[in-house]
Amino acid sequence: MKRILFLLSVFGCAALLACLGRETSIVRSVYAQTPQATYAIRNARIVTVTGPIVENGTVVISNGKIAAMGSNVSVPPGATIIDATGLSVYPGMTDGDTEIGLTEIGSVAGSVDTSEIGDNNANIHVDVAIHPDSSHVAVARVNGITTVLTAPRGGLIAGQSAILQLDGWTPREMVLKTPAAMHINWPGGGGRGFGGEFGGQQRSATELRREQETQIENLKKILRDAAAYGDARDARAKDPSLPKQDLDLKLEALVPVVRAQIPVIINVNLERDIKNAIAFATEMKLKAIISGGAEAYKVADQLKAKNIPVIVGPVLRIPVKEDDPYDAAFANAGLLWKAGVKIAFQTGDSSNVRNLPYNAGMAAAFGLPKEEALKAVTIYPAEILGVADRIGSIEQGKLANLIITDGDPLEIRTQIKHVFINGRDIPLTSRHTELYEKYKARP
Amino acid sequence: MKKVNAILSAALSLALVASAFAQTRGNAKLAAGAGSTAAPAAAGEVLISNATILTASHGTINNGSILIRNGKIVEVGPNVKAKDANARIIDATGKYVTPGIIDCHSHTGVDGNVNEGSLSVTSMVRIRDVIDPYSPAIYRELAGGTTTANVLHGSANAIDGQNAVVKWKVGKPVDEWIVPDAPQGIKFALGENPKRSNFNVPGARRYPATRMGVEETIREAFIKAKDYKREWREYEARKATDKNAIAPKRDLALDALVEILDGKRMVHSHCYRDDEILMLLNLSDELGFHVQTLQHVLEGYKVANEIAAHKTGGSTFSDWWGYKLEAYDAIPYNAALMTSRGVIVSMNSDSDELARRLYLEAAKAMKYGNVSEEQALRMVTLNPAIQLGIEKRVGSIDVGKDADLVIFSAHPFSVYTVPELTMIEGEVYFDRNEDLKQRDALKREKAELIKRERDQRPGGPRQPRGEKPEEPQPRPNDNER
Repeated sequence: MKRILFLLSVFGCAALLACLGRETSIVRSVYAQTPQATYAIRNARIVTVTGPIVENGTVVISNGKIAAMGSNVSVPPGATIIDATGLSVYPGMTDGDTEIGLTEIGSVAGSVDTSEIGDNNANIHVDVAIHPDSSHVAVARVNGITTVLTAPRGGLIAGQSAILQLDGWTPREMVLKTPAAMHINWPGGGGRGFGGEFGGQQRSATELRREQETQIENLKKILRDAAAYGDARDARAKDPSLPKQDLDLKLEALVPVVRAQIPVIINVNLERDIKNAIAFATEMKLKAIISGGAEAYKVADQLKAKNIPVIVGPVLRIPVKEDDPYDAAFANAGLLWKAGVKIAFQTGDSSNVRNLPYNAGMAAAFGLPKEEALKAVTIYPAEILGVADRIGSIEQGKLANLIITDGDPLEIRTQIKHVFINGRDIPLTSRHTELYEKYKARP
Repeated sequence: MKKVNAILSAALSLALVASAFAQTRGNAKLAAGAGSTAAPAAAGEVLISNATILTASHGTINNGSILIRNGKIVEVGPNVKAKDANARIIDATGKYVTPGIIDCHSHTGVDGNVNEGSLSVTSMVRIRDVIDPYSPAIYRELAGGTTTANVLHGSANAIDGQNAVVKWKVGKPVDEWIVPDAPQGIKFALGENPKRSNFNVPGARRYPATRMGVEETIREAFIKAKDYKREWREYEARKATDKNAIAPKRDLALDALVEILDGKRMVHSHCYRDDEILMLLNLSDELGFHVQTLQHVLEGYKVANEIAAHKTGGSTFSDWWGYKLEAYDAIPYNAALMTSRGVIVSMNSDSDELARRLYLEAAKAMKYGNVSEEQALRMVTLNPAIQLGIEKRVGSIDVGKDADLVIFSAHPFSVYTVPELTMIEGEVYFDRNEDLKQRDALKREKAELIKRERDQRPGGPRQPRGEKPEEPQPRPNDNER
C-alpha cells in the first residue's frame, strides 16, 4: 500500500510538473493540428505597436499566424482578400486581470466560480473551470479584446491564473498559458475577498493591523515551507535513499513561485499595503506584479527601483481617499509611466471587459501618452505576462490575434470590423447582438 | 487610524465651509478638494467665446459664443458679443461646450442608507431631507460636467420614497440646490430588489417575495389611496354644511400616492424585465396614474412599443449587464432600440463613479445602434430634462435657459476629452486650472491639520509614524469603533 502511494505521489509530481512546464507546447500542438485559412488584409493602415505605423500595407495570415506584414508584401495564391481601405489593423487587446469564463451572472451563485474557500488555494487553477460558451467571451471579443488573464479570487493565496484567448471549443483550446501566475490577495487592504479597505469595521485599527501583520507572516511561512519542500523533493529525486515526503499539492504549486519561475500577482491597492507588498516580494525574492494598484502612483519610485510592473485598474473608479484629487484614479497610470514603471490595464471584471479600451483612454485623457495607452492594452500586458513572443503586436511569426477597425480602438465611437483570433475570422456576434437583431425585427 | 480619519475629515469639512464662505467674499484662499473652486458669483455678464457649441436642441455651432446674463443664456450664435464692458470673457477657442449633464438616476449625497427598507410602501419619506452637501462625490461629478441630478430613494420597496431634483451648487446652502420648479417625484421598484432576491435582511421575511406580490402591493396601496382621497373629498364637501364634521386621519404615505393620482407627483420606477414593465404600465392604466420614467429598464427594448404608447420615458445604463439574473438580457443597444420606437431615452449613472463620465456613456449610443450625435448628447442633457419636467429651464443651449454649461478640451464623445470648466446658472463650480493650482496648498493644509490634531492629543503630541514598523499601540478610544 505504501509503495502504491509512493508511486502515485511520484506520478503526481511528474504529471504536475508536466502541466506546469509544458502546457504551452501542448497548446501549440493543438493549434498546429487545426487548419486555418489564409487571409490577406490589403490597403490597411497597420498599427504594429512595436514598430512604425505602415500607412498602406498588407497583413498576410496563414496557419493561425501573421505570415507577413508590411508595405511590400505579396498576396499568396488562394488567400481570402479583405480590402481594408480606410481601415486600420491593430493587435487584439489584452485585459490584464479578469474573471471571464469563471462567472456568468454575478448574483447567481451557481454560475460563479471565482472564489474558493480557505486561505491557501495555491493548488487551484482556473483552466479547469473556464466555460467556453459563457456569453461574456463573445461580448468581450467583438469589441476587440482577444486575450485575457483570468484569475481566481478567493483566499490569501487565491490560486493560479491562465491567459486565455477568447475563442476555442474547449477550455484547453482557449488557454495560451497556464499557469500564468500565482495570485495573492494582499491581507487587509483592498484585497478581494477580504472586505476591502472598509472591511472589519467592528474591529479596531490596531486589531486590523495586527491581523494583517500575522497574515503577512503566514504568507512568508507558507512560501518558506514551499522552498524547503521543493529542495527536499529535488534532493530525493537525485538520491532515493533520502526519506520520502508526502505530496503536498499546495506547496508543490508554490515551488515555481518561490523559485521565481512563475510570477506572483499581488492584488493590492493602498499605498501602505503596496509598500509592504514590495518589501515582501523583495525579501522572498519573488517575480512580483502588482494588480489593482489604485494608489501605486504614490509609490511609483519604489516600484521602478524594484522593476515591479503594475496591472492598473479599473481606471474607472473613484479615488481611494476623500481628499485625493478628483482625477487620482484617472491620472494614476500616467504618473506610473512617467516614473518609468511598466504598466498594463485591467478591468478586473467579466461583463465590463469590453470597456478595457476606455479605461486606457481615460488614463490617456489624464496624462498617459496615447501611444503608451495603446501599448498598455497590447504589447505591455503580453510582456508583463510573458507571452510577448506570441501576442501583443503585428509582427511576422506572432499569432494572428488582430482587429480591423475604422479608427482608434480606444475611442468609443470606433467600430470593430473584423476580429481575428489564432488566424480565425471571428463572427462579430454575441448574445447582445443576437437579442438586438431579434427585437429590432419586432413589428 | 479610523478616528484620526474621522477627525481629519471633520476638520476638512469645516475648512470646506470656511472656504466656501471665503469664496463668496471673492477671497478664495485655501479650499478643500470638494467644492473648492467655485468662483465669485457671476454678477453681470459672462461670454464664452469661439467654441464649438453642441446645443443639444438645434445642432452644432462652430466658432460660436454664448452670452450669459444673470445666470441665464441670453444669446447663442456665431457673432455674439458682450454688451457689458466688464463682462467676464472665457476664451474657449478650440474647445467644446455642451449643456450641463443631467443624471436622471442618482443616489449621490444621500446621507446614510438610501433605503427605508422596513416596509414595502414608504411613500412618506423624502430624499430632500437627507442630502449631505459635503459628500466629496458631488465635486467629482461637477468635475465630470454633471450639474443636475434626480436623487432617488433606493429600490428596496415596491413603492419607495420621494425624490429630489437638485443642482450641485456646492458651497451654497443645500436648500438652494433643489430645482425650484421641478415637479415632485417618487421612486417605485419592481423585480428582484423589492422581492429581496439577492440579499437577506434579519428577521421575518417581508411581503412581497414574487413579482406577483409586487403588483398586488402597488395595487393595494393605490386602492387605499383612492379611498383616502374620497374620504377627504367627502369631508371637504361636508365641512361646508356641517361644522362638526371630523377630518379623516392624515396619512403622509397616502398623501403622496394621492398626489400621483392627481398628476402632481411623477413616478420613476426601477425595473428590469419586460414582464414587470408591462405589468406596471397596465396597472397604471387600471389605477389611473402616469408612469413618467422607467429607470434602468434594461429589457425596455423588448417592449419599446408599449412604453412609447404610454408616453413613458426610459432612463437606462449604457452597457451594464450580467450582475444579476434580471440584468442578463441587458444589451447596449437598449437606448438606440427604445429611441427608434419613439421612447424619450436618457443614460443615467446610479453611481457616484459613473456620474462623472456620463458624457462618454452617451457616446455609446452612437457605437451601439448608430443614433445621431445630437440624439446621443440629448440622452444626458435634454432628454433627462424632459423626463424630469425641467426642460424649460435646462437641458440645451438655448436663449432663456439656465446657463448650466460644460467646457470640454475636445469633443465630449472622445475618450481623450477632459471637462475643464463647469458652470451652473453662470457661476463656475469647477475649473480644472484652479483645481490643479490648489493641490499643493491643499496638501499643506492637510499636513497642518494632522499636525494640529496630533498636538492637541491628550498627553501631548506623539511622534509621527516613521517608515520603520513600530509596535502598534492601543489608542484611548480604539475600542469604541
